[in-house]
Amino acid sequence: MLAKVYVTLKPGVLDPAGKAIEHSLHALGFAEVEGVRLGKYLEVRLEGQARKAAEQRVDEMCRKLLANGVIEDYRFELHE
Amino acid sequence: MRWGVVTFPGSLDDHDALYAIDHVLGSPAVSLWHKDRDLHGVDCVVLPGGFSYGDYLRCGALARFSPVMDSVASFARAGGLVLGICNGFQVLCEAGLLPGVLIRNRGLSFICAPVHVRVDNSSTPFTNAYKPGEILTLPIKHGEGCYVADEVTLRDLEEHGQVVLRYVDASGRVSEAANPNGSLHNVAGICNRARNVFGLMPHPEYVVEKLLGGDDGLRIFRSVVAANAAGRTEAVASVAPGH
Repeated sequence: MLAKVYVTLKPGVLDPAGKAIEHSLHALGFAEVEGVRLGKYLEVRLEGQARKAAEQRVDEMCRKLLANGVIEDYRFELHE
Repeated sequence: MRWGVVTFPGSLDDHDALYAIDHVLGSPAVSLWHKDRDLHGVDCVVLPGGFSYGDYLRCGALARFSPVMDSVASFARAGGLVLGICNGFQVLCEAGLLPGVLIRNRGLSFICAPVHVRVDNSSTPFTNAYKPGEILTLPIKHGEGCYVADEVTLRDLEEHGQVVLRYVDASGRVSEAANPNGSLHNVAGICNRARNVFGLMPHPEYVVEKLLGGDDGLRIFRSVVAANAAGRTEAVASVAPGH
């Protein structure tokens, strides 16, 4: 099974890296860009197990380690 | 008293902390390997600066799960003294032993420079040797030192005197210009409610000898020795040996 995990900054958290990327996009001529937020994408390969159980386990992985709840939100997709 | 300085894979300033404590202050200090759950009866644990686990995922995110941290957490919960410097502060926040988190500097650059900090709480085991409001010059060297927490947490910290050190200008004023990394409320160092866990981004261990530029940092270590001598260990004495 493959868990595709997306870790994103909570709204309102300072994101200077996103800002820097936005400025670079503008410098490249993409004037229509109104904002950029930088997040993380992780691929976690798991031994096969019942889907419900896998969801709970990946959720726990996110809460315990993959995302810092103070500043980050997470969501994930499970693929067989 | 005895000090223990933890070494994680990637810790850099562990030896500098040991030098400041053992060599300059003359207080016995031992190295604590991150895989060893035994704290060897130390009275104060130091989590040093550096790049533990390469700052992978998030600064301190992996170090907080090192075996030694289970013992450090128990030790802290029982009232033991824990000092987190720079990466150590990041580890303490990731471990939930201090609230909030340290994120990328507002200006995105890694900053290696001396800054002014004001002692906003001199009634902690780590700052009792300073005068209230005293302005210190300490170096910072970090890329992720911007302290953030939600509004409720920040208000809580302020109300309970948990902001121990704050970035200020040379005359002691809190300003945006004096803030090197964007930390909310210009927070440079905080302690927990019980005052036994202290985390700071600046490096006191590098400012312990006048010959090398200044000794403003030495009194953080002196404070701990004084607090320990004054009998703070009554809380720790109740923890089982070999914790």
